[in-house]
Amino acid sequence: MALSFSSSLSSSRPLLRRPASAPRSSRALTVQAKIREIFMPALSSTMTEGKIVSWVKSEGDRLSKGESVVVVESDKADMDVETFYDGILAAIVVPEGESAPVGAPIGLLAESEDEIPLAKAQAQSQSKSETQSQAPPPPPPPPPAADASPPSSPPSAPAPATVASSRTVITPYAKKLAKQNKVDIATVVGTGPYGRITPSDIEAAAGIQTKKPAPASPASAANGVAAAPAATGTPPAARVLPEIPGSTVVPFTTMQSAVSKNMVESLSVPAFRVGYPVTTDALDALYEKVKPKGVTMTVLLAKAAAMALAQHPIVNASCKDGKSFTYNSSINIAVAVAIDGGLITPVLQDADKLDIYLLSQKWKELVKKARSKQLQPNEYNSGTFTLSNLGMFGVDRFDAILPPGQGAIMAVGASKPTVMADSEGFFSVKSKMLVNVTADHRIIYGADLAAFLQTFAKIIEDPDNLTL
Amino acid sequence: MQASLSLSCASPVISAKSNPALGSFSKSSALRFCGLKREVLGFRSVKSVGLGRIQRSVSRTVTAALSGNGSASKGFDYDLVIIGAGVGGHGAALHAVEEGLKTAIIEGDVIGGTCVNRGCVPSKALLAVSGRMRELQSEHHLKALGLQVSSAGYDRQGVADHANNLASKIRSNLTNSLKALGVDILNGVGSIVGPQKVKYGKAGFPETEITAKDIIIATGSVPFVPNGIEVDGKTVFTSDHALKLEWVPDWIAIVGSGYIGLEFSDVYTALGSEVTFVEALDQLMPGFDPEIGKLAQRILINPRNVDYHTGVFAKKITPAKDGRPVLIELIDAKTKEPSDTLEVDAALIATGRAPFTKGLGLENINVVTQRGFVPIDDHMQVLDAGGNRVPHLYCIGDANGKMMLAHAASAQGISVVERVCGKENVLNHLSIPAACFTHPEISMVGLTEPQAREKAEQEGFEVSIAKTSFKANTKALAENEGEGLAKLIYRPDTGEILGVHILGLHAADLIHEASNAIALGTRIQDIKFAVHAHPTLSEVLDELFKSAKVNCAVSHSVNEPVAA
Repeated sequence: MALSFSSSLSSSRPLLRRPASAPRSSRALTVQAKIREIFMPALSSTMTEGKIVSWVKSEGDRLSKGESVVVVESDKADMDVETFYDGILAAIVVPEGESAPVGAPIGLLAESEDEIPLAKAQAQSQSKSETQSQAPPPPPPPPPAADASPPSSPPSAPAPATVASSRTVITPYAKKLAKQNKVDIATVVGTGPYGRITPSDIEAAAGIQTKKPAPASPASAANGVAAAPAATGTPPAARVLPEIPGSTVVPFTTMQSAVSKNMVESLSVPAFRVGYPVTTDALDALYEKVKPKGVTMTVLLAKAAAMALAQHPIVNASCKDGKSFTYNSSINIAVAVAIDGGLITPVLQDADKLDIYLLSQKWKELVKKARSKQLQPNEYNSGTFTLSNLGMFGVDRFDAILPPGQGAIMAVGASKPTVMADSEGFFSVKSKMLVNVTADHRIIYGADLAAFLQTFAKIIEDPDNLTL
Repeated sequence: MQASLSLSCASPVISAKSNPALGSFSKSSALRFCGLKREVLGFRSVKSVGLGRIQRSVSRTVTAALSGNGSASKGFDYDLVIIGAGVGGHGAALHAVEEGLKTAIIEGDVIGGTCVNRGCVPSKALLAVSGRMRELQSEHHLKALGLQVSSAGYDRQGVADHANNLASKIRSNLTNSLKALGVDILNGVGSIVGPQKVKYGKAGFPETEITAKDIIIATGSVPFVPNGIEVDGKTVFTSDHALKLEWVPDWIAIVGSGYIGLEFSDVYTALGSEVTFVEALDQLMPGFDPEIGKLAQRILINPRNVDYHTGVFAKKITPAKDGRPVLIELIDAKTKEPSDTLEVDAALIATGRAPFTKGLGLENINVVTQRGFVPIDDHMQVLDAGGNRVPHLYCIGDANGKMMLAHAASAQGISVVERVCGKENVLNHLSIPAACFTHPEISMVGLTEPQAREKAEQEGFEVSIAKTSFKANTKALAENEGEGLAKLIYRPDTGEILGVHILGLHAADLIHEASNAIALGTRIQDIKFAVHAHPTLSEVLDELFKSAKVNCAVSHSVNEPVAA
C-alpha cells in the first residue's frame, strides 16, 4: 500500500525567499525557488508519530511523481510513501531508524539541482543535529519557532539506568504513559509497591484525571448554569474524601443510582421555595367521611393540588431547554413513596379529571405495583408535578428537591392543632399544616407560586369541591 | 466419534441393499459397534460385491472396531504398547484399535497428559475469558458497534474454575473413549526392559512386565526451566502453575516470547496485569514469520500494557520473599555482561519445554538421548547409539522433539500405527499447522519466508509471496475486527504452497484449508477455483490463493468430479 505525503509550498518561509540562484521561470506561475518539504504522513487515524524504516531514495536522487521515496512504520503497518511532485531528493532531515511526529518534515525535495544547496542549508537549520557538514552558503537564520525539529527523542526510559543507589523501577504501562504525556521519569517519585512508579504516579505527574470520578461533570455543568440567585446547594467536590478506617462501601443499586443522578441533575436548575400555612379542620372532617370508602389523605391532597394546578397551568409547566415554557396538557401528580431501599414516584394521571374514588382505586394499584417493583416506566416518570408528604411521621415542615423535567414539587408537613388569632382578636385552636413548594425559577416566579398556594389553601379549607 | 461418522456415510448403501441385519446395525450406530459381529459379516458381503472406495474403508473401520481390542500376535501380550496417555498416545491408541491391534496404554499420571491437563486445553479456557474481557473493555470497539457496557469485571476463582472444569471434562472424555474402545489402561510408570519388553508399576508396588510386538514412547515433556531460575510455584512459576490462575499479579515478567508466553500475556493483560517480556533473541516472537511477528508486535504488544527486553537472558530469578519483590537479573545474550535487574511481582517461565524421557530404561536397548530427546528416523523409529534403527520401538510427540505440538504427536502416532500395520506412511511435518490463540489469533503451516528463500536458494527455484488483509474481508469488518494479514509463500513455477501464515480473527481455524492443501499436494492453480461461502472469514484465504500468480496451467486432478 502506498500513500502520498502531503507537501506544501515552503516559499512562505522567509529563508526560501532568498534563492541562491535566479528564480526559475520554467513554470509560468512559479517565481520562487521550489523546495518542498516531505512530511511525516498520518498513515492511520491513531498515528501520532512514525518511524523511518528506510529511505528508498538517497540524497541527490531524482524523483518522479508517484515514486516511492521512503518507507514509514506507523503504529499499524509499514507503508511506502510516494511523492506528489517531480524533483530531486535534496536532503534527508530524519534519517533511517529515527522517528518524527506526524506532520513534521522528514525530507526536502528540490525542484532543480540549483536549489539543492539551499535545501541542504534548510535541512541543516531544521535538524538540530550537526551532522551535515556542507558549507551553507547563506548563514541560516534561526528556524521558525513553530517548526521545532522532529527528532527530539522523548524520554524513552530505557533500562540502562543501573545507577546503584537510586534505581528507577517503572511498570510497562507507566512507561508508556510517561512517553505519551512527555513526563520526565526522573522527576517522578514512585508510590507503588517497592517504590516503583505506577501508572497513577505518571497520571498525577502529568495532571491527568482518571476517568473514574465521572459524576464530576454534572456538577461542573451546574456551575456554568447556576447564575440565578435562587440556586442553592454547593456542587460536590471532585476530590476524593479521606476514607474513615473501618467503613464499608456499598455500591448503589440501580434505583439508588437513578435517584442520585436525578438529585445531582437538579443542581443545574435555579430553584426557590415558598411556604404556606393551610388550616385542615374541614379537610380532616371530610377525610373521616370518605375514609371508609377507601380514600386516603394522599389522594385528597393530590386531588386538591391537581385542582389548584388546573387554575395555574404555569405551575404544571416545565422548562426543558432553558429557553422556553412547556405547558403540559394533562395534570399528572407524582407522589413520592418510600420503598425498600429506595424511593419511587408513582403517578396519578389526569388527577384533575378523575374523582377521588377512582383516584384512590388507582393509587392502591400503583402502590402495590411499586412495592413489588413492577411499575411500568410511564407509571413513574410521567409526572408533571410531585407531591411529597412526610406529615404522617410528625414532620412539621421540610423542603423537597425538584425532580428533573418538572416545574414544581410540593412538600407537605403534618397537620397540628395550633392556637390562632383571627382578625377580630379571637383566639381559637385549629389544625394547621405547613406546605412548602419548590419551583424552577426560570419559568415559575414568586407571585405565580403564591397565587397557586392561595388557591390550594382555599380548596383545602373548603374541601367540598374535592368530592365533586 | 470417528466410527459414527463413517457410519453415516455407509447408511445409503445399507438402505439400498435393504439388508435387515444392516438396518439394525445402522440404528445402533451410537453404540460404538460393541457386540455386532453378525452384522459385520453381513456387511463384509456387501463389500465383496465391490462397491466404491468409501464403503470399503468403512467396512474396514467396522471390523477393526468390532474385533475390539482383539487378540495379540502370537507370543506377545499386546500388539502395541504405548507409554504415555497424552494426546499423542491417545491418538495412536485409537488408530491402533481401528487397525485391529491389541493395544495397551501405560500412564503414570493422569490421562490426557500436558495438553489436556496443563497445556492447550485449560489455556484455551483462560483465553476464552481474556478474549471476552478484551471486547468488553474496548470502549472504542464497543462504541463502533453501538454497544454500551457499563463496566466489565471478573471473578478470578470463577475463571480458574472454568479452566479446571474444562480440563476435567476433556480428561474424562479421553478416558472414556479409550475404555469404550477396549484399550487396556495400565497405571504406573512405564519403562523399557529390553526389546519388545516393557514393565510398569506404581512406585512402591511390584512391577508388571509385559511383552508387545511394537512399543511407542509417548512420554511428552515438562516445562523447561533454565539454570539459575528458582521456581517456587507462587511468585516464580511455569505454565503448570499459571494455568491454575491462583492469583493475578499487578506486574508479571514473562520469560520467553513464544506461543506460551504470548498466550499468557494475552490472558494477563486482559485481566489487568502489566507484562514485561524477557526474550533471549533480538526479536520478540522469534519462531514466527518475521512479517507476522512484526504485525503481531503492533497488535498484541505495543497497544497493550506490555514492555520487553530483547537480546537478554534471565540469568537469575529469585522469588519474592522477605519483603522483596521477584528479582530478575538480566545479562546480555551476546556479551554475557549484566545489563539490568527487574523487580516485578511475579515471573512466568515460558522458555520452552524439555522432553520427559528420564527413567524410560532406554539404556537397556542402547539408546542415548540427545538433550533428552529420543533420536528417531523419518518414521519415528528410535535410533540407537550407533544410529541403527531399534526394531519395533518408536517415539512420538514432544519426547522426540520433532514438532512439539499435541496434534503433531497424534499425527505421528497414527503414522507409526500405519507403518506397524505394514502400510508405508511418512508424515509430512510441513503440513502440520500451528496456532497461537491470542486475540487475534496467529496460525501458520509450512515454511516461513526466510526458510523458503533459503530452500529456494539451495534448490534453485523461485519464491513468490502473496498477501491479503482482513481489512478487505466483509465478515471481519462486520465483527469490527479488521486487523490482520494472511500471507502465502509459494512457487510461481509449479503453484506449490510452501507456507501460509495468518494473523487475524479466527486464524487458528482458517489455517486448515492451507494445511490440507499442503498435505494433499493441492496446487494453488487448482485450489483457487474452490468456492467459499460469502461472507466468511475463509474468503481471506480465497483471496490469498486468487492473488497468487502461478505460471502453470490448471492441473486436472481437481477438475474431475469427485462425487456426482
